[in-house]
Amino acid sequence: MGRRVLLIEDEPNIIEAVSFILSRDGWDVKTHSNGHDAIDAVRARRPDLVILDVMLPGKSGFDILHEIRSDSELSGMPVLMLTARGQVKDRELAEQSGVNRFMTKPFSNADVLEVVRSMVAS
Amino acid sequence: MPESSMIGNRIRERRVMNGMRQSELARRVGISPSYLNLIEHNRRRIGGKTLLGIADALEVEPALLSEGAEATLIHGLREAAGTQAAQGVETRRAEEFAGRFPGWARLLVDLHGRAEALQRTVETLTDRLAHDPHLADSLHEVISTVTAIRSTSSILVETEALEPEWQNRFHRNIDEDSRRLAEGAESLVRYLEGAANTEAEIKSPQYELLAFLSANGFHFPALEGGAGSRVAQTIVAQAEALVSDAARRLALDALEQYRADATRLPLERVLEEMRRDPAPERLAQVFDCDLPTVFRRIAALPESEAGLVGLVSCDASGALIFRRPFPRFAMPRDAGACALWPLFQVLGQPQVPVRVRLRQAGRGQETVLALAAAEQLAPATFERPALMRAHMLILPDRSDRGESAGGGPGDALVRDVGVSCRICPLRGCAARREPSIVADGF
Repeated sequence: MGRRVLLIEDEPNIIEAVSFILSRDGWDVKTHSNGHDAIDAVRARRPDLVILDVMLPGKSGFDILHEIRSDSELSGMPVLMLTARGQVKDRELAEQSGVNRFMTKPFSNADVLEVVRSMVAS
Repeated sequence: MPESSMIGNRIRERRVMNGMRQSELARRVGISPSYLNLIEHNRRRIGGKTLLGIADALEVEPALLSEGAEATLIHGLREAAGTQAAQGVETRRAEEFAGRFPGWARLLVDLHGRAEALQRTVETLTDRLAHDPHLADSLHEVISTVTAIRSTSSILVETEALEPEWQNRFHRNIDEDSRRLAEGAESLVRYLEGAANTEAEIKSPQYELLAFLSANGFHFPALEGGAGSRVAQTIVAQAEALVSDAARRLALDALEQYRADATRLPLERVLEEMRRDPAPERLAQVFDCDLPTVFRRIAALPESEAGLVGLVSCDASGALIFRRPFPRFAMPRDAGACALWPLFQVLGQPQVPVRVRLRQAGRGQETVLALAAAEQLAPATFERPALMRAHMLILPDRSDRGESAGGGPGDALVRDVGVSCRICPLRGCAARREPSIVADGF
């Protein structure tokens, strides 16, 4: 079994596409599609990497990131943010919240794969 | 007939063109109809305050009345040149230019006017892009759909020997997403087309409140003369512009404040005192109240009585919570206004009001007079800081027409300010917090 990725995203066809490319690359991909109990999914799955959307139903990706960083058992978990909100202030907010990498939509599959591989390898 | 004696004819022509009766114009200017009649028949010389008052009431530049169309053309050329001063325009030769090439001069002034109008459209649209939640959601939807299509189509193109089931599945997803994208794009275009009519697109309680107050000219005769709170409740209940409960609550608060101010500064007495001397600090002394109360009261008077007045208020976070628009001074919708506005300056010095002439970038050499003062709504406690609110009254700047702006020593100084950084062309501004799309050649 490959290394585990938890994809927290509410757009079904993005979930399907990203899950497909990561699975084909050997990752064990789990998905979660709402914000309000996303932190429970992170605790339950204990993935090697979290891919997190910003605009989610129930709770924003920034809030979920804050919860991850505030939990002593999860605080070191690598988090990649994928978001349509590419403004400078969003990037700054993500960095202040402790994100490891930040990618804006639309992204290329190759870029996502490369970043995911590099984040877990490091 | 000498130039000066033609002023009366021009006033009469413009008044008739505006469909205004002589008695109405006289009332607005504060002179008797018989005196106006003498002016219009060139039997009284006119200048100073009366000319400015008539020009304001007729919504024309005073130069158009005092000097005629050619002078207005020259004024327009100078205004256009003012925005390009750094490029070495020969402003001293504007008169010669207008005389030798009147057609070209009119074209130049017209183009300048259009550029100014476009600048305001850019300001409105940029403000929407930054603060409009509906637009942000629509764009997010479109970008998400594009992302799904891009990612899925890459899989179809780049994955060798993709199983037929997966192929079918991804083809179906692309078909589904392309339909969603088309719908999202159409919806976005419809929404942006509606942006041309900014007042028709009301999206938040604050916008609803502004539309409600604007529809009433910011003045509520029924609340004058000691009306009870039930009157305010009835006005709110019957207001078509107030759609949401949140907006109705905001409107009720605003009208309660109006009622309190109207009790403190009764309409007839305020108008009487303003005719004597409209300086806000004098009114504050006469009515024994603070400057913010006077500002609010002046901004709640009908335009026919108080003339052009703008008011903008903010809380301690800098969020704009009240706006009575002023035609020659743009204000962003929610937040992110220029940090150089005296509105924000007084938040840090609540005991010291500020009076300063402002020149807003992108509006030529035109200036307005801004009076700012802050008030404390609630004192500080050990749990929270004092609750502050600041207000900035905006009035026509008449100091460059030989009238005092209120007698302050700072009258001669002009502060260059913007609307918000995003659309501000001022270069080298120490208060800039983000790059400008205008300065970058948008």
